Amino acid sequence: MHTPEALSTDDPHGHTGLEFAHHFDDWQQEYQSKSLGMWLFLVTEVMFFGGMFLVYMVYRYQFTPAFDASSRLLNLWAGAINTVVLLASSFTVALAVHAAHLGNRKMLVRLLAATLLLGVVFLGIKAYEYSEKFQPGHQLVPVAGWAFDYHGPEPQQAKLFFGLYFAMTGVHALHMIIGIGIFVYLLWFARQGRYTGGNFVSVELAGLYWHFVDIIWIFLFPLLYLVDRS
Amino acid sequence: MSAEDKNQPTAAQLAAPSLPKKHYLNSRYSPGSWLLTKDHKRIGLLYLMSITFFFFIGGAAAVLFRLELMTPQGELQPDTYNKLFTLHGITMVFFFLIPAIPAVLGNFLIPIMIGARDLAFPRLNLLSWYLYMVGGAFTIYVMLAGGVDTGWTFYTPYSSTYSNTYVMATAVGIFITGFSSILTGLNILVTVHKMRAPGMTWFRLPLFVWSNYATSLIMVLGTPVVAIAILLVAIERGFGIGIFDPRLGGDPILFQHLFWFYSHPAVYIMVLPAMGVVSELVATFSRNRVFGYRFVAFASVAIAVLSFLVWGHHMFVSGQSIYEGMVFSFLSFLIAIPSAIKVFNWTATLYKGTVTFDTPLLYAAGFIGLFTVGGMTGLFLSALAVDVHVHDTYFIVAHFHYIMVGGTVMAYLGGIHYWWPKMTGRMYPELWARISAVLVFVGFNLTFFPQFILGYLGMPRRYHVYPDGFQVLNVMSSAGASILGFAYLFPMCYLLWSLKYGKPAGDNPWNAIGLEWQTTSPPPTENFTKTPIVDYEAYAYPGSIIH
Repeated sequence: MHTPEALSTDDPHGHTGLEFAHHFDDWQQEYQSKSLGMWLFLVTEVMFFGGMFLVYMVYRYQFTPAFDASSRLLNLWAGAINTVVLLASSFTVALAVHAAHLGNRKMLVRLLAATLLLGVVFLGIKAYEYSEKFQPGHQLVPVAGWAFDYHGPEPQQAKLFFGLYFAMTGVHALHMIIGIGIFVYLLWFARQGRYTGGNFVSVELAGLYWHFVDIIWIFLFPLLYLVDRS
Repeated sequence: MSAEDKNQPTAAQLAAPSLPKKHYLNSRYSPGSWLLTKDHKRIGLLYLMSITFFFFIGGAAAVLFRLELMTPQGELQPDTYNKLFTLHGITMVFFFLIPAIPAVLGNFLIPIMIGARDLAFPRLNLLSWYLYMVGGAFTIYVMLAGGVDTGWTFYTPYSSTYSNTYVMATAVGIFITGFSSILTGLNILVTVHKMRAPGMTWFRLPLFVWSNYATSLIMVLGTPVVAIAILLVAIERGFGIGIFDPRLGGDPILFQHLFWFYSHPAVYIMVLPAMGVVSELVATFSRNRVFGYRFVAFASVAIAVLSFLVWGHHMFVSGQSIYEGMVFSFLSFLIAIPSAIKVFNWTATLYKGTVTFDTPLLYAAGFIGLFTVGGMTGLFLSALAVDVHVHDTYFIVAHFHYIMVGGTVMAYLGGIHYWWPKMTGRMYPELWARISAVLVFVGFNLTFFPQFILGYLGMPRRYHVYPDGFQVLNVMSSAGASILGFAYLFPMCYLLWSLKYGKPAGDNPWNAIGLEWQTTSPPPTENFTKTPIVDYEAYAYPGSIIH
């Protein structure tokens, strides 16, 4: 049984029985290195999305009427439900990490499966939302040469909004798909008990990643859907 | 045991040294033991071979357009000329200069220098090499398929809309290679934080490790931004979804901001590790502790931080506001301070040292001089008014080649010579190496000094023709390039020769201090037979002045 308290570095004997890669001195060193590596990776992700957020902010400041009018054309309910779904999946993944700490295999498997399911639901709703934008008569995909059924102010600049909408939510959805792939992998080995014998690092790292994907959505939702809903 | 005891040669060492029986090179021979290796030393060598390949591709492109520039009207079609300088820029920047020192020397040395058995993530390290190779394959494909003509900067809307060349494949290649750079940086950061041997405190780290640490910060923070900028250009080009398209109100200058937010710091990705190499070389060959160790260490970090605050100086004439221009000008001047600290401190290290002019020190001395010229002309360019005069001229070309070639390539070659005995177990031929070091210095100056004058007189960069009056200086530059080309091929020949015929080097041929010299040459696969314990300062040379 390994509780988070047992993790403190003052207790180097807490994990003596666990396997670790040959180039580390002990399990603690491997655990700390992997955690630090994951956090650094998330920093690179923040910078990656940050570029798009910057472009969004610059254009929104320059073309406020177009961005406000375009934002109102997005499906608010689909976005809101997806926010709830994603927050719920963050909750289940947090519990999954806890289950891995407790060494409870059954609970871990269930919670990972729940997270996976919620992720798929999110992508399903997102796909439905995308398909709406391809409907003739309401087509809002700003590909050059396609019909663009936007009738508000600054119609050219509205294309910038929708270009960014697809780019930002698309890259976010790609991260979701990668995350779901990771959970399929984890689920497979969790059933065999690989993470509940004390070596919960992989579950923790996947949890960090999933929370990050969640946080990106927490910024995307208000910026894209809510900017002019007063 | 103090540092002095450890560096007293033993009787066995005084006898003619021989190669160890078992080391990382002869432990296994199968192709899989190289292509699937997780040993940071072998991955370093894989990188060494690949970046050398790309260096000579980029160099061949340079040879062609320097030939073209021998005459005012030239022989090449303008399109071909544009593709050649783009190929030169892309291969040299993304496939040689950025990975050169961190991925070859850093990969090989950092774990050994801090007393670790490997980098923290050996598999990510191997993945990073494969990503580099995939990105490189795209670039080779583009070169063979017909080339790309946007310049290495991909400015929109030319790159996103108007160019009819292979922009998309190039962008994909650079996007992928960017991830190899991110993984290398991430690996080095975690390794330095978590894998240091007992007693290896932060202020006992060799300065090479400090400078690669600072470089890795830039790689991790900057590369994702250029990745997203390139991705947005690809979306715009591939789907016609305008992001930077001025017809939709999009802002091409915004692309330049995103691009230079990475690509200016990228200049420091190239030169910071070079500074680390020079610190090592100067200390070893003057047998002194590096003067003001902490200042040099923190100067690396200061450069990494400031490097993110100066990108706007690339847009002084692009329509950026004059107030932005003034702020960026001021910040660009600031970054000269940590750079100057390093130059002064290396000079002070040599002062009253026991200096021996072996090849690595010749390269290091070349670095200090050429980097100073490159840095000082950088100050000209930070000044708003002067920049308007020389913007987009050969003055810029000369300036950044003094930093990238005069700086980074000199230090890289110096480092390769210095650690060659450690990597291969054999010495290179000293006389030939000294000749080549001098040739590089002479050829370099003959190539690029005339370009300062050409630029000042108003010759714009990236043109395939020029007025007759510029011919003499252009011929000088091309003549220098031919010397430089020879001086780069020459070391490759004698270094390869030394693999078989070089004298066995022994563990510590330079009698230098540092953990990498305490293991065998070449080191065993696990670097040390016993984890070392460090109880002395870096560069604690006997009798050295402790400042």
